[in-house]
Formats: sequence, C-alpha cells, structure tokens
Amino acid sequence: MIDFNLPILLIVIPMMAAPLCVLIGHRRVAYVFCLLTTYAVFAISVALMMKVSAEGTIRYNIGNWEPPYGIEYVADSLSSFVVMFVSALGAIVLTYAPASIAKEIPESKHSLFFATYLLCLTGLLGICITGDLFNLFVFLEISSLSSYALISLGRSRRAPLAAFHYLILGSVGATFILIGIGLVYQMTGTLNMAGIAGRLPLEHGPRTVLVAFAFMTIGLFIKVAVFPLHSWLPNAYTYAPSVVTCFIAATATKVSVYALLRIVFSIFTMQFAFEQLPLRTALMVLALVGIFAASTAAVFQDNVKRLLAYSSIAQIGYILLGISMANQAGLTAGISHMFNHAIIKGGLFMVVGCFALQLGSVQLSDWRGAGRTMPWTSVAWAIGGLGLIGVPLTAGFVSKWLLLTSAFQTHHVIVAVLMLLSSLLAVVYVWRVVETLFFSEPTEKTAAAKEAPLTMLVPTYIMMGSILLFGFWTTYSADLAAAAASSLMGVAP
Amino acid sequence: MNMEQIFGLYNYWIVICLMMTGFYIVIASPNMVKVVLGLNIFQTSVILMYVTMGKVEGGTAPIVPPSIANGHAAEAAIGHAAEAGHSIVAHAAETPLADVHAAAEAIVYSHPLPSVLMLTAIVVGIATTSLALALIVRIREDYGTIDENEVLEMDLQS
Repeated sequence: MIDFNLPILLIVIPMMAAPLCVLIGHRRVAYVFCLLTTYAVFAISVALMMKVSAEGTIRYNIGNWEPPYGIEYVADSLSSFVVMFVSALGAIVLTYAPASIAKEIPESKHSLFFATYLLCLTGLLGICITGDLFNLFVFLEISSLSSYALISLGRSRRAPLAAFHYLILGSVGATFILIGIGLVYQMTGTLNMAGIAGRLPLEHGPRTVLVAFAFMTIGLFIKVAVFPLHSWLPNAYTYAPSVVTCFIAATATKVSVYALLRIVFSIFTMQFAFEQLPLRTALMVLALVGIFAASTAAVFQDNVKRLLAYSSIAQIGYILLGISMANQAGLTAGISHMFNHAIIKGGLFMVVGCFALQLGSVQLSDWRGAGRTMPWTSVAWAIGGLGLIGVPLTAGFVSKWLLLTSAFQTHHVIVAVLMLLSSLLAVVYVWRVVETLFFSEPTEKTAAAKEAPLTMLVPTYIMMGSILLFGFWTTYSADLAAAAASSLMGVAP
Repeated sequence: MNMEQIFGLYNYWIVICLMMTGFYIVIASPNMVKVVLGLNIFQTSVILMYVTMGKVEGGTAPIVPPSIANGHAAEAAIGHAAEAGHSIVAHAAETPLADVHAAAEAIVYSHPLPSVLMLTAIVVGIATTSLALALIVRIREDYGTIDENEVLEMDLQS
C-alpha cells in the first residue's frame, strides 16, 4: 500500500506538515516535527529511487484518474535522482539549522520559517516528480513564492529588497513559462508531458511551437540564472539568512535545470532543440561567457556570500555546458555536476554560516586569521574549495573530468581549454579566502572567537565527507546520472 | 496578413497589447507599487489568452441543460430497469430518449479546461501580489520610500 503510493506521499507529507508547523506554534516542537518530516521525505525518496532502479519508470495516476484526464506523476531515473539529492539536502540543511536561525531570525518567526521551508521543499520535489505541464508551473510557483518569503527573512534591510527583485524577475519568468504552456496546449490539446511529446508537430510545424519553445526556455533561463538573466541571484543569496542560502543555493537552481532538461529533451526532443534550432551554440556561448564573467566577478568580492553566489552562476555555466554538448557524456557530466555542485555549494554555504554565527560577519576582512581559532570550520572551507576547483579525489573532479571527456569527444578543444582556464579563476577566489583564514594575523575579534557548535560542524562535515566520498565512489552519483542521461537520450533517438 | 488575421484574432491583439503594456511598466517604472501593478496586467493578459483559447465559436458555458440532465437520469433508470428484466419499459421510452440525444449533440460547448487552469493562475497571481505588497511595506518601513532609484542610492551611500 505505502509502496504503491510513494510518489504522492513524497508531496503530500511535507505539504500537510507545513500548516501543522504553524498550528504547533512552539518553535522547538515545530523544529523537531519539521526535521522528522524532512527525514521521512528523504526515506521515501530513497525508497522511490530503489524502486525505480529495480522496476523502471513508475507512473502514478492521482485519484486513479487516467491521463490525460487526471494528473500523472512520473518517477524515472532522472527525476528520482534529483528528488533524492534535493530531499537529502533538505534534511541535512535543516539538521544544521537551529543554532544559525536562533541567531539570524527573530524567535516569533521560527515556526513560520519551518512551514515556509517545508512548502519550498514540496514545490521543489513536485517539479521533479510531476508528469503534467501545468502542475509543473504550479509547483514552480509554490517553491518560488516560498523562497521569496524565506529570502526576505534576512536581518539586513536589503533582504526584502533582494526578495522583491527576485519576485519580480521570478514572476516574469514563471509567466513566460505559463504562456509557453498555453501555446503548447493550444497545439496539442493535452497537458500530459508524454502526451504532448507524441503530438507536437515539430518538423515544419506552425510557428506557435517555436514561440512556445522560446517562452519556456527564456522563462526557465531566468529561474536557472543563466548568465545574462542572473541579476537576481547575487543579492538574493547574499542577504538571505545563512540557512536559507544553503538550502536555496544547493537546490533551487538545480531543480530549474531539471525542468529545463525535461522540457527540452522529453517534450521538444533533442533533435528539435539542437539541430533545427541553434540551442547548442547559444547554450555553449552563454555558459562560457557566464563562467568567465561570474568567476571574474567572484574574484573581486569582499563579501564571502556574494563571492559564492557569483561562483554559483559560474558553476551553473558548467552544468549548461555539459547539456549543450547534447551527447551521452555531456549530459552525464551536466547531471552529475548538478548533484556535485549541490553538495559542494551547500557545504560551503554551511561553512559561511558557521563563520557568520561565531564572527557575526561575512566580510572577508573580518575573517582574518580565523584559521587559528576555528580550525575545523576553516579546514572544511579548504575541502569544499578543493571540490569547487575540481581537484582529483573530490566530487567536483568527477563531473569536470566527464565534461572534459565530452568536450574532446565532440571536438570542442577550445571549450576544453577555456574550461581549464576558468578553473584557475576558481583557484584564485578559493585561495583568497584560504589565505585570509590561515596566513593573516588574527584581529582581536577572531582571536577571541570559538569553534562553531557541534550541531553545525557535524552536518558541515557530513557534506565535506560526501564531497570526498563521491570523488571516487560514483555508484550513487555519476552512475545514476549516466542512467538518467541515457534515458533522456532514449526519448529522442 | 489579411483582414481575417487582423479582425478575426482581435482577442489575441488585445492580449499582446496588454502583455507589452504590463511588461513595459515592470521594466520602466521606478515606483515599486507600479511595478507590481504592471506585473498584474502582464499576468492578466495571459489569463485572457487562455480564456480566448478555450472559446469555441457559438459555444455556450459547459453546463448540461436541466432537460438533458433529467433525460440522462431517466436513461440511467431505464438502464437499471432493463438489467432487472423489464425490457418493455425501456422500449416504450425510446422515442423521447432519441430527442434528448439529438438535443445534446446540437449544443456546442466552450472548452472549460483553460478557464479552470486560469482559476489556479489567478490564485497564484493573488499570492504573488500580496507577497510583493508585503515586501514593499517592509521596504517602506526600512527606507522610507518606495522609489527604487532612491532606495538604491541610499544603499550606495551606506
């Protein structure tokens, strides 16, 4: 019974738990309740993934209404993989959260914070698992609206402003997607993704199809923060509370990339997007320009959160670069970099949260010499930084290696060279922080600082451990990504 | 481009005008409340687009008229009776039932699904608007203005 209903439980449990958190009201009880929910969701997603890898794609009709009349949830190898790491990050970030939110968010708002957090998680998981295009839009809005609310909880007065800018851009993006969905519906008469894929007149079809594709991709590019449409991201990540930044930086953009993959590969087919339309060149150029522009911007930042935010835009460039290769190796690289970047960036933002808690600042100049008084936190930064650069034996290396292989396979030697050059920029910005932490004279404040509490250090080190672990043990990262990539390619022979 | 495309698709022209108006306000206005208004106009244009899409020429609201609904109820009752073996009753009632079928097929309904989808989109729009206005209230409390340029200037100074 439970086994059969896994896809819907994944969504219903956090969605029901969110209002209960508000009703509970007491912040500690609400926290424990929320924590248990996220771990339950994680367990469900692991069970779902096991089931998918054993039995193949699962299709679940909600309320037992057959598609196209009812909404269908589809768990295939790609969606179960994304669902798994999103829910894992949701659980770990929340484990890490209590000390940090006690300092950064007013006590009266705690139970509301947990409710919004769960709603955001619901939306993100829903995007991954739904097989209905309009349902995807609704979940996108659930996750977006709750992330605007979460960002605005930041202490700085700039937080509401950052959230407002994100809201305007995000809503424009979502409305673009809605227009695209409408046009696709007009052409096919169904909202079920599999149904649309079979009916869309792609070859020499009417212009409506092209317009729909354009609206949907541009809308998703805003959500993914592809280079020229990224302007909401740095402020949103910088002024949000540390825990929120951890969660959103690790999951939200990756899930949007998932939606992009679904729409480009499963609905419009690879042939249409990459052969009839110049999406390959467009994505590749945008990705490379984005990588260089954002990495260079990151080098000159003094605010560490902002530094990591720009680095996120650059890393999204690597994911898109993999996708733009449009072959098995490239897609595998892109999908596994979604996972690897999620754990690396999540882990690094956790480290920033530890420093923010103990030093009360995320300015690099305030961190001078903190390596002596907070050795564990600082070493964690070094490990995460190595992963970000892509040093062998870290998770970052695996996906960058796959990406390089794919670039050589498709004879994009220049792309490969540029990729290696851009990694040097990552070395620069990671090293700037390492140098400040370990090789500067401590100020009075950092000399008096204490190590971050264990409740935060342990989850941070779980992330760091997984960065190292997935650097050589790829059964549950790159191998699953490879399976997901081949299933995506299979849709478009 | 012929007259058909200009006048026959006039709803879509309105959609485009509304969409561009809203989008221009979102981009151009420094006043945050006006930006939210622009966003609303933008979203409304999409609602109009969907509703237009569902309209069938000469179509009515997709509600079954009472006469036909009652006819179907009668048919269902007869069906049950027939199962029980009272086939004579079913035979007697055949003529009025045929009328009901003909009447049902003569009615053209508009497509309800796009309108239903827009109910959800309206709810999303309301949530977006209320959240945006709540954020503007907080920005006004902190900065004392809702003009974006002034706010950015104050941020540069501090």
